[in-house]
Amino acid sequence: MKIDADKCVACGNCLPVCPMGAIHIDPAHNRARINADECVECFTCYRGMSKEHLNPTFVRAVRKTAKFFRFRFDPEPDICPTDAIVPEELRWPRVVRRAFSDPQVPHESTGIHGRGTAEVKTNDVTNRVAQGEAGFVVEFGRPGVGARFRDIERVTQALAELGVEFESNNPVTSLMTDPARGLIRPEILNEKILSAIVEIKTKLDAVPGVLNKIRELSRQVETVISIGVSTRCGNAGEEPLREILAREGYPTYRGKTNLGLGRVTTMQNGK
Amino acid sequence: MTNTLHRYSEHYAFEPPPNPQAVNNDFIVFAMASRGLNDDELVQKYRTFLRLALKHNPVNIGDATKGGTLRPQQALNPTAHWKRDQTADAEEVIAGIEGHTTVAAVFDNYDDMEAFVDEVKDAQLGISVNISAPIDAAERCCHDTGITRHSVEYSLGFCGRVDRLPDATTLELSTMCGHGMLSANFAMKMVDWVKENRRSPAQAARYMARFCTCGVFNIKRAEGIIEKVCNLNRQDRSGG
Repeated sequence: MKIDADKCVACGNCLPVCPMGAIHIDPAHNRARINADECVECFTCYRGMSKEHLNPTFVRAVRKTAKFFRFRFDPEPDICPTDAIVPEELRWPRVVRRAFSDPQVPHESTGIHGRGTAEVKTNDVTNRVAQGEAGFVVEFGRPGVGARFRDIERVTQALAELGVEFESNNPVTSLMTDPARGLIRPEILNEKILSAIVEIKTKLDAVPGVLNKIRELSRQVETVISIGVSTRCGNAGEEPLREILAREGYPTYRGKTNLGLGRVTTMQNGK
Repeated sequence: MTNTLHRYSEHYAFEPPPNPQAVNNDFIVFAMASRGLNDDELVQKYRTFLRLALKHNPVNIGDATKGGTLRPQQALNPTAHWKRDQTADAEEVIAGIEGHTTVAAVFDNYDDMEAFVDEVKDAQLGISVNISAPIDAAERCCHDTGITRHSVEYSLGFCGRVDRLPDATTLELSTMCGHGMLSANFAMKMVDWVKENRRSPAQAARYMARFCTCGVFNIKRAEGIIEKVCNLNRQDRSGG
């Protein structure tokens, strides 16, 4: 992403909008600038801001006059008045930034918009996580911190040593050169992204060990990690996971509940 | 995509208070199909899902590929700074559905959520339907509507460099866009603007909602959080 200096009027509206805080007003040129190394190509500034398409010369003149008299204009905070934010063509390896940061871009590996897979959200038709199993979603960088792949690899390598199974359809797994060792393509290790999700599956009795390992590893990375754990319920809707998590001292207040209303219908309809 | 899993509340504070306040105004019901398994007549199924939701007073509905009922406006004129259309447009969401996506409805009370789930169950759409909310509320809803839950996924909160996270109020607001499109700095700016009496809590919540690209931002809850932090001088507990 870049700012068109010919259009920018240095209104500053885009600065707080950036989830990574990567935009500033360059005092030497009085234009907004994007720190390319910190920008994760999430497109929030470009797509999230409303636009006016005003003439930059006119807007600068109005702003200059108001500034001279120390008037504080109180504009709408989510508008780029001159449409000055411009996407750039992204090349490898920078293109992975957008793939993991802009939820409106579907991953080629999964076909799903977002940064992971369907997890247990479609478990009622995919049976991805069975009874007695636990599915982990380990998300790096969220909320609002961002992550580099080298931190993610540090964790995937250690998890691989535990013998866990990485979800094969997951976007991070698709970027591994050696999933058995948790190794990620070296040319992307310095790329920064808004967040990425590593998905693994274990038996339920391995949950405490895996969680302890993730906690331990989280102290060695420069980002935040958010963890979700799932399982399939029994015939009466019961499940043993919550008790395991409570015993280990983890909060279990919030979560997702798959209601089991999904069914395979394409066969019925002749597809 | 764990976009609604890690919505922050006091239960997930690094040092939680002894009696964290229950979240009783934030219930999300979303639907998702699987390629090749139940994606026949998909657009119709998704539209039916959202039309049923509209009967139960959702505070937002959304299509994960297009956005919610409030979206960025691409061709404003300068009068918007004085008189801006802040009307939520549910019909735009429904009409815009084109194929594979996730559709969601957000409710600010349990009763509306339960009534909607009951109706979705009877509609037999065949796509996967999930509740993202406090687990006990979802379990109660299943019980009350005669549904046997299939799978559960728990949010265990955050670890690692939690010192890099913002304060609790900002986290409550910014994590309502689970994809991270709502920046913490913008949420803080909006709270400050309400404190300065430059905007109302309702206006601030609507500015934030436009950045959520899948429409799961709870506009009513955001208004309540801002009102609370601005009027009652609530002591923030650190999110980290």
